[in-house]
Amino acid sequence: MPKFVLLATDLALYFQVLVLLAYVRHALRTPLLRQSWRYVQRDGAAMSAAAVLAVFLLIALLDSVHFRPRLPPTPDAAPSAEIAYSTRTLSLLDLLLSGPSESREKTYSVPLATHQFSKESMQRDGVAVRDFPRLQYGGKHLDQPQEQWAGDVLRRSVNGLGSGLLVWVLGAALLVHGQSRRSMNGFVQAACDLWEGRTALPWRAIGGTLTLLLLLVGWVAALWPYYHVMGTDQTGNDVLFLCLKSVRTAVVIGSLATIATIPLALLFGILAGYFKGWVDDGIQYSYTVLSSIPSVLLISAFVLMIQVFIDKNPLWFETGLERADIRLFLLSAILGLTGWAQLARLLRAETLKLGELDYVQAARAFGVSHAGIMLRHVLPNVTHIIVIVAVLDFSGLVLYEAVLSYVGVGVDPNTQSFGTMINGARNEMSRDPVIWWTLGTAFAFMVALVLSMTLFASAVREAFDPRARAFRVRPAAAQAMPREEAT
Amino acid sequence: MVNYIIRRVLYGLLVLIGVNFLTFVLFFAINTPDDMARINIGGKRVTADAIAKWKTERGYDKPLLFNDQAQGAEKLSKTLFVERSMPLFALQFGASDTGRDIGYELRERALPSLALALPTFLLGVFVVVVVSLIMVFFRNTYVEFWSVAFAVFLLSVSGLFYIIAGQFLFSTVLKLVPASGFAGGVDMVAFLLLPVVIGIVSRMGGEALFYRTMFLEEIGKDYVRTARSKGLSESAVLLRHVLGNALLPILTSTVAVLPLLFMGALIMESFFGIPGLGSFTIDAINGQDFAVVRAMVFLGSALYILGLVLTDISYTLADPRVRLA
Repeated sequence: MPKFVLLATDLALYFQVLVLLAYVRHALRTPLLRQSWRYVQRDGAAMSAAAVLAVFLLIALLDSVHFRPRLPPTPDAAPSAEIAYSTRTLSLLDLLLSGPSESREKTYSVPLATHQFSKESMQRDGVAVRDFPRLQYGGKHLDQPQEQWAGDVLRRSVNGLGSGLLVWVLGAALLVHGQSRRSMNGFVQAACDLWEGRTALPWRAIGGTLTLLLLLVGWVAALWPYYHVMGTDQTGNDVLFLCLKSVRTAVVIGSLATIATIPLALLFGILAGYFKGWVDDGIQYSYTVLSSIPSVLLISAFVLMIQVFIDKNPLWFETGLERADIRLFLLSAILGLTGWAQLARLLRAETLKLGELDYVQAARAFGVSHAGIMLRHVLPNVTHIIVIVAVLDFSGLVLYEAVLSYVGVGVDPNTQSFGTMINGARNEMSRDPVIWWTLGTAFAFMVALVLSMTLFASAVREAFDPRARAFRVRPAAAQAMPREEAT
Repeated sequence: MVNYIIRRVLYGLLVLIGVNFLTFVLFFAINTPDDMARINIGGKRVTADAIAKWKTERGYDKPLLFNDQAQGAEKLSKTLFVERSMPLFALQFGASDTGRDIGYELRERALPSLALALPTFLLGVFVVVVVSLIMVFFRNTYVEFWSVAFAVFLLSVSGLFYIIAGQFLFSTVLKLVPASGFAGGVDMVAFLLLPVVIGIVSRMGGEALFYRTMFLEEIGKDYVRTARSKGLSESAVLLRHVLGNALLPILTSTVAVLPLLFMGALIMESFFGIPGLGSFTIDAINGQDFAVVRAMVFLGSALYILGLVLTDISYTLADPRVRLA
């Protein structure tokens, strides 16, 4: 048995998944919430985004099961000797993707390359020459890389894309079968309905996204065991693998920092809006102070502080990973601690409004305690603001992490993140020939994550704040109605 | 009116004192005067005597918040907090930990910073208003659909990508402008062109969407219908009626963006090698020069609070319906 390691952010992520599941259960049982979420479900773009987000979440969760593998016992050790565990902490994702991630090249190599990017001096037939050395991992199964490479890559690509397509066809057939069973129509009729978008869920849009995803996954999976699919970086690490590892950091920062803002914002926002008077003044003063400090400077002050704390207590952490992880955890906490002002402001305004409503006045007249009113009458009626702000903040935080890493107050340098990748790739663009793949891959991953979260967030916002629906673009409406009424 | 402004300014000062106290606690909790001395003396020469001497020379040899050994009111005034923080209010920034005069550096670097931030801000507001007006003019058509989609995409790209890609495209490939650096006089334009354009592009996505919703909010109102029923053209309605009335929320949102501008310039300046306040701050964070960082926090907060007061005043000037409560 390997020794399982529970990192602080792992626990936080599991906890968040539990909360998410509890919320889903609660939403399913509450008619009003069910209706709001049904609005999101009907939105094709949002559901496609949700499919992409689900993949990212899966990667993050796989990367959050950490363990230290058992080392084989030394030959002369006594049978009763203590079991030794490796000092390297692995995750399920590392295990799943072993291969290019473990074998390190010396330095840069182009995507799918068989040779290194830069020349090296080496001995060939007893003569010293300068040439591009073969990679240790990429394309090592080829005897004659020059002749075989194109054919090999092409064959494997076709295989990968084909199997991706096969999985998709199977899935689509299953889906259509299920739909036809439910709607009591024939298989062909159900397929037509699906194709023309006449289903309750926007299956056509989701299916389109899944096609792309499956083709991509199939292609990568076919080439993964033989090549560095997106090349290697300066120290010879597989770029695609680094990006996959960065997903967890981004998800942790985005979700954890958002969650960390909620308790403070809820407490202070509702207290200020409910009690008004000097409580309100005090709370408004404190969040004005917080928000008037430039956020990068405030965060750097906090981060420097925790770094000193970590450096002073090196014995608390068994491995380097645990030390890096605690910094990630505290960074998210700091982002929450410094970022609650905006949500508190919104909650205060909403509570001020709610406090004047009849049912709150009635509760007060019946002698319900202040805590009772706040918990039972105010809190449930402001949750929609929390949901909206939580999904909206996520993408901003993922982008912000990159900026913080640039300033030098982001995640630990040993933690893999998009910020550290962009930072490292900064000078590569000015090299000649240009090294585009590190930055390009990080860019693609980051845009996919942030864009899908933004699309999902805007649908959630429209679902919970009907006024936001007025701003939706409806290009079809212009043809149906005369221009003046279209507003 | 005068009363109101005085009250807002006094509140601003109160907030500034709070900021000052918070940053003082933060910075001196992380990094006690002993630590500072150790870092600055460096290497093997760190002895108790050397630390004490360094602290006395730079005036760090007093207690943080409360001085037991002093008499009367000096118990509070002979402390690091009062001696280090109060001069900031008189804009006396003192010397940095490495011995440079912070006030001099600020005066030298304010101009390059302003030369970058001001055009970015003004041109940015202009461009964004134009773009969002176009979106609203073509509302409910595919022009709007694709421009909104494009704006959402722009919003989802990290600002660092714009900088790196912009430098690559315009400096390395096309060789139109220098990649980084700064010069005074007319040459400044060449160095500032790219950072200004990138600054505008990286803000455009989010702000164009935001302004669009504000215009759409106005366009649903009764006076717009009245204007249309008078037979005014769509562009006259938009430019004369909607734009004028949407100016108020735009005014407040642009003033609220000012501190973000300060932060954006932070990254911009250090990428493009512009010797302004932003790159000064980044260097200070990397070099752990806390005197400089504290001065910059104070300056940034003071500017932000000034922005808040100006917002309040501009509100009352732009909209007579706003009462001075």
